[in-house]
Amino acid sequence: MKKINALMVGFLFLITVAGALFAESAGSIQIKGSDTMVNLNQGLAEVYMSKNPKAFIAVTGGGSGTGIASLLGGTCDIAASSRKMKDKEIKQAEAAGIEPKECTIALDGLAVVVNPANPVSNLTIDQLADIFTGKITNWKDVGGVNSEIVILSREVNSGTHVYFKEHVLRKGNEKGPEEFSPGALLMSSSQAIADEVSGNANAVGYYGIGYVSKKQKSIAVAKDKNSPYVLPTIDNVLNGTYPITRPLFFYTSSKPKESAKSFISFVLSDEGQKIVMDTDFVPLKKLK
Amino acid sequence: MTRDKRNQRIREFFIEKTISASGIASVVIVVLIFVFLLKDGLSLFKIESIQDFLSGKLWYPISDPPKFGILPLILGSIVVTAGATAISVPIGVASAIYIAEVSSPRIKEYLKAGVELLAAIPSVVLGFIGVVTLVPFVKQFFNLPTGLTAFSGSIMLAFMAMPTIVSIAEDALTAVPRSYREGALALGATKWQTIYKVTVPSAASGIVAAVMLGVGRVIGETMAVMMITGNAAVIPKSIFQPVRTLTATIAAEMGETVRGSDHFYALFAIGIVLFLITFFINMIADLYLHREKR
Repeated sequence: MKKINALMVGFLFLITVAGALFAESAGSIQIKGSDTMVNLNQGLAEVYMSKNPKAFIAVTGGGSGTGIASLLGGTCDIAASSRKMKDKEIKQAEAAGIEPKECTIALDGLAVVVNPANPVSNLTIDQLADIFTGKITNWKDVGGVNSEIVILSREVNSGTHVYFKEHVLRKGNEKGPEEFSPGALLMSSSQAIADEVSGNANAVGYYGIGYVSKKQKSIAVAKDKNSPYVLPTIDNVLNGTYPITRPLFFYTSSKPKESAKSFISFVLSDEGQKIVMDTDFVPLKKLK
Repeated sequence: MTRDKRNQRIREFFIEKTISASGIASVVIVVLIFVFLLKDGLSLFKIESIQDFLSGKLWYPISDPPKFGILPLILGSIVVTAGATAISVPIGVASAIYIAEVSSPRIKEYLKAGVELLAAIPSVVLGFIGVVTLVPFVKQFFNLPTGLTAFSGSIMLAFMAMPTIVSIAEDALTAVPRSYREGALALGATKWQTIYKVTVPSAASGIVAAVMLGVGRVIGETMAVMMITGNAAVIPKSIFQPVRTLTATIAAEMGETVRGSDHFYALFAIGIVLFLITFFINMIADLYLHREKR
């Protein structure tokens, strides 16, 4: 077993070196990870590249877990993640000789969406937890019509899935026992959830507010029965009244390339944060 | 011995060895794949008993503690495959009979080209078409809560299995000696009687092989099922429910797993199960073929 581990570390090291050499020679930055952040990263990369003609940034999705795994494998420079790194992943990073550095680049509100034909428009966090864990299975129990609820969720490789489970289903108690109902449909992308919701009056799903369009209706969410119902808008996320809000991260190795560093400082600048706002995410602070 | 002859002999030797090496290569590769599959897959059973793995009803791979029960996944694969087989076998075999026995040579050419074209459509494209057209249709037609069901997956996979079944069954039918048909017709049998009493029975082993290969194609198919079956890891009570298949689980989750985690091993263990299922199907086909030949 030890021998295999040693081999594995050696193998990872080789990949890291090879990846670093390759990337360095091409002068490019690889950003990989969160599907939620793909549009955001792409928007940021395009503006950055037009300002720095020598830079080349490649953006790919695949899920936060995928991004972090490839940061550890040395196949990307920046891992985009919509959740914090797990302890397990940090340990694996240390084993691979990488000290990951975390940087919050934007905020995101998770909208709970239903079909516009659905009469339900207000739900509390408790009700949401009961719906997604499968305790409530009919819309009439939350003030809707008498029909079965179709739960849509992201796949388990999605940071959105993990965040929603920990902060809505388990109400912040990350190690709680609550799970998504086994009957939940696991969709491969936010867009797939959006498409199913827009065509299915019984469906309920969740994703970053950037994906909400006129074909879906956002639910106004309240922390508890006595709190006001709040719609997921950029203002409500920024002033902290919308309860399902999360930070979005960039992870790099402890010694990122110069090009990656300057890209991140561009993202954090006022100009970068304005692009964050234009792609329907929430900037870290209110822009003038 | 002349120089030419010796050269020839050396050349012969190398050619022979190269060919036999290529022949053995495929077997060696299969063995290697199986060894690697076993090596990583069996690591799971240090923390989870085989019994719990195969008969567990909950699949929560990233929870703490994780639950690796693949019974819903196995049943999901079986339901989708059974549905696809039930649809594709009658249509596929009937279409093979039509192409081989009934149609005029001109129509035959068109049909064969059409079947080959169907085989050439990538599964992701079929999946996409399924999501856009079939899924809403199934939802409305059967008045279901959602159209992302095992049934939709079965229909789409039936399209995928059909080319395999049609072309192999058609080959088997064409290979039936002409004298058999002539004999039957000479004895006064009608064309239909000739087909179902003489031609089809004598091509039976080939048709079974065609069906088995079609089933093999369906059970291993990933992309289209992942897009249309809804991927809910529940034990299906009917074919009109969302299901999650073994293949879709591996494809959807392999991105998240970190090398060497329990989840990683669990996906490999699912790979072993899939491998065994296809191995079993091939073995049944093989046994049947040999029994027929005797």
